[in-house]
Amino acid sequence: MARLDQLPEPMRSHIATLECPNFKTQPWIEGPPLSQRRVAMISTAGLHHRDDRPFTIMSGDYRIIPGSIAANELVMSHISTNFDRTGFQQDWNLVFPLDRLRELADQGIIGSVADFHYSFMGATDPKLMEPTARDLAGLLKKDRVNAILLVPV
Amino acid sequence: MPTTHISLIREHTEIIKPPRALWVPFELGRPLGVPNDAPFQTKVLLAALKLFEATSGPVLEDFPEEAPVSGEIGTVWACPINLSIEKTDLSSTEQLQEAFRREMLQLRPWYDLAVKTRRRTTVGVSGISVERISDFIGAFLQGNVPENPRQDLPVGLVLKLAVDDLKAFYFEAVSAQPGQALPGSERFADWFWDETVAGKVLLAVKQACTKSNDPILQTVVMRLLIPMTQTNQSN
Repeated sequence: MARLDQLPEPMRSHIATLECPNFKTQPWIEGPPLSQRRVAMISTAGLHHRDDRPFTIMSGDYRIIPGSIAANELVMSHISTNFDRTGFQQDWNLVFPLDRLRELADQGIIGSVADFHYSFMGATDPKLMEPTARDLAGLLKKDRVNAILLVPV
Repeated sequence: MPTTHISLIREHTEIIKPPRALWVPFELGRPLGVPNDAPFQTKVLLAALKLFEATSGPVLEDFPEEAPVSGEIGTVWACPINLSIEKTDLSSTEQLQEAFRREMLQLRPWYDLAVKTRRRTTVGVSGISVERISDFIGAFLQGNVPENPRQDLPVGLVLKLAVDDLKAFYFEAVSAQPGQALPGSERFADWFWDETVAGKVLLAVKQACTKSNDPILQTVVMRLLIPMTQTNQSN
């Protein structure tokens, strides 16, 4: 489990001392009911299409994951070796719950699933990701996305 | 842009203070809790999406359930193939590499079955074929750097990706065998690092390349090849 005090050493100390950004403001934006939301996922699991470029050390860029992608087309090139991958190897929804989102859209619980999703590789200085994240916000607006699910690994 | 966030490390989220976050008590690498359990995954997903209905924030909620203990975690697991290394002189690089090739060949039919059954594999991120992975990784055993099979990545990073493919190959192969509960992540890691030739090859590659002149290769073997939880055993 990911309860910090139950992680084995040296993992616990490594994670406990990771520098986290903090922000002077806490922006808050509301939107329509869930049934009218168009949802996109942004993962930090280093996911990408099988034919796409793997992530590299300290890369701040992202990969585009089309909403039409199939399970066998999605692979992971996260640089860290310190988290479980056997779950993803069994079931992609454990890390990238696209089938679950599609089901919620079919049931009318959410409005729709975005045409594009995105993945960063989280073992990176957040400052390196900020410029691309700002660009990404504009692209998400063009995809009429009004709800983003951020999924770690 | 409205966001909601699944949090695996509550302490980090308390510092970052994103607008909406759902802390989940799950293992790193498993943000939706458990594989092949759609109802539970949907419950987690809905709990995160429901945070969009909050009227003020930041919101940090705790998901109230532990991940279900599936057969993969609760069962004593053993690989039914005897990957015996008793007759191998592990101090001999040649014998170690030959045993590595044999071990992969033993697992290959099970890997092929896994791909056919699941119609999916997570192997392939390195771009090196399954047939060539043992030779590529084995070439590092003597501290040599083999010819880089990719033009777009440094060879050290290709080694890291090949090791990811290797571990995925082993997991997918053993989990396809009949009558076996799936190994949990911890059990699989213990088996891979303690009982397979592949694990011993990777530990030997780390030893052989620690003093490499290639800084990326050195970083990879020192920090990105062996999990921290296995570090004590590899030193």
